[in-house]
Amino acid sequence: MTTDIVTPSLPGEEIVAPSGRPARVPGTGSGMVWRTVRYGLLIAFVIIMLMPLYVLVVTSFKNGSDIGVNGQWNLPTSWTLKSWDKAWERLHDSFLRTFELAIPVALISSFVGAANGFVLSRWRFPGADVVFTLILFGMFIPYQAIMIPLGDVLNETSIQKGIPRLILVHVIYGLPICTLIFRNYYATTVPVEMIEAANVDGAGLLRTFRSIVLPLSLPGFVVTIIWQFTSSWNDYLFAIFLSNTRNGPITIALNALAGAQSPDYAASMAGALITSLPTLVVYILLGRWFIGGLMAGSVKS
Amino acid sequence: MPRRLRQWGPGLLLLSPSLIVLAVFVYGLIGWTVNLSLQDKHNALPSEGFVGLDNYTNLFTNDISDRFTHSLRNLAVFTVVFIVGTLVMGVLWAVLLERGARAEGLFRTIYLFPMAVSFVASGVVWRWLMNSGTGDNAGGLNVIFSGLHLGFLENRWWTDPNWGMAAMALPAIWQLSGYIMALFLAGFRGIPHELREAAVMDGASTFQLYRQVLFPQLTPVALSALIILGHMSMKMFDLIMSVSGPQYLTEVPSVYIWQMLLTNDQAKAAAIAVFLLLVVAVVIVPYLVYVNRAEKRS
Repeated sequence: MTTDIVTPSLPGEEIVAPSGRPARVPGTGSGMVWRTVRYGLLIAFVIIMLMPLYVLVVTSFKNGSDIGVNGQWNLPTSWTLKSWDKAWERLHDSFLRTFELAIPVALISSFVGAANGFVLSRWRFPGADVVFTLILFGMFIPYQAIMIPLGDVLNETSIQKGIPRLILVHVIYGLPICTLIFRNYYATTVPVEMIEAANVDGAGLLRTFRSIVLPLSLPGFVVTIIWQFTSSWNDYLFAIFLSNTRNGPITIALNALAGAQSPDYAASMAGALITSLPTLVVYILLGRWFIGGLMAGSVKS
Repeated sequence: MPRRLRQWGPGLLLLSPSLIVLAVFVYGLIGWTVNLSLQDKHNALPSEGFVGLDNYTNLFTNDISDRFTHSLRNLAVFTVVFIVGTLVMGVLWAVLLERGARAEGLFRTIYLFPMAVSFVASGVVWRWLMNSGTGDNAGGLNVIFSGLHLGFLENRWWTDPNWGMAAMALPAIWQLSGYIMALFLAGFRGIPHELREAAVMDGASTFQLYRQVLFPQLTPVALSALIILGHMSMKMFDLIMSVSGPQYLTEVPSVYIWQMLLTNDQAKAAAIAVFLLLVVAVVIVPYLVYVNRAEKRS
């Protein structure tokens, strides 16, 4: 019974192809030609999309002398891990720090988002729509519009510089999207009857939330955790405003490594791969829910 | 009244910390920035007083080498190329995949994976790909072009003073087309099957089927896609910082703000930021109202 309730409207699921063979569509005439063109295009785009990845991997294993103008696109003449060593040397502190940032952000945002989403999906207090719209608007603002005084405000608090401050701001500015994801999720998956039954039994809002709604929330959590993990991992704007290479996340360190006038391309590319590894792993392992998060970003579920 | 309080009280209580935090950190700080943008505060010293809209008018009429209007032009070129390019690629992929394909999951995964990568990381490789050397000094993509005897395609990429920002949009297109594909794919699959069948029964050609039956159904998806891409474009910062670094040639307003803060010109930075916010709000607020109404109707 529980699985029945949870599975149907997993965000992102709708884009999975209908099972069974694709229907033959008449009117295409020479079906073979169209098929060939279609797969030809699909494969050509795959090659284009993977090209930057190829360059990253190949270059990162090259020797300094191998990077010159000739044979840039070739495989390394001799494979070496030297640049990976150098990049890791420069990045490993911030790499670990970024986990200390992204994991708490993902967890805290998800819990708060779940609570907010639950309230907004069920308790239609007067002005709920206006409140919700005001919350959503926070998702679209260019953060530059709040960034200038943000540092001053945080300086008034006793919150430590670097990662702790970044955790706070990512949680705050992640509230709108997490609230939205859970609101849409609860509005479509948790049956009203269940909550009403709990109400009749005398369970208060908090108890209903804790004992009935939270246990059904796993799919929503997966989506918000992935979303917040990725966006705080990849963030550069808040990081550059509120931290530096000594106390900031990996994007800052990578930019310091790769941003020089004439950068060490092999080390920069190894660094870019190291930086992208955690989010790519998340994407590959949990791709379906990752897409779910992206869908939620389109406001209309 | 007490009954209503009991009904709504606990919910509001659960919601209120978030509401307070957002009120302060979104709307409060926006207010602060607006106030800053109206001050004569162009160095680390305290404000020398209220100057009304001077900081705004100066941006347009009194900026050295028209720096602000130049950054707006850059942003406009970037935005148009980015949105059109991403939509074209995304819709094309969705059309190629929507009726199901062999190994569809693999194609989807590959088209979408750049979305998981940060602009800072992808900027590293795009800087290399968009090497501005041509001819004997060619690097990156220009090497491929000359290898394919497409020498006329070799170009200076983002270092071109007129259309360089179009090249700057390429990494962003690479990164976000998969997202748009996913949105449209979900849209296509949400269209009831009967519509399609009816059109085919009526003898519609494939082209007519898409043009007259399927695409009109996808207007809400297209609107969402436009909004998402548009507001991302207005914020574009990481990519430019990573590919070219801050420099006049590729400067957009968000980079300009950063540069002004480095020189402590807070009022000017604030004025640019508020301007950006207004541009976004003019589009987003009607959109949110529309979504809200549409939701109520359903």
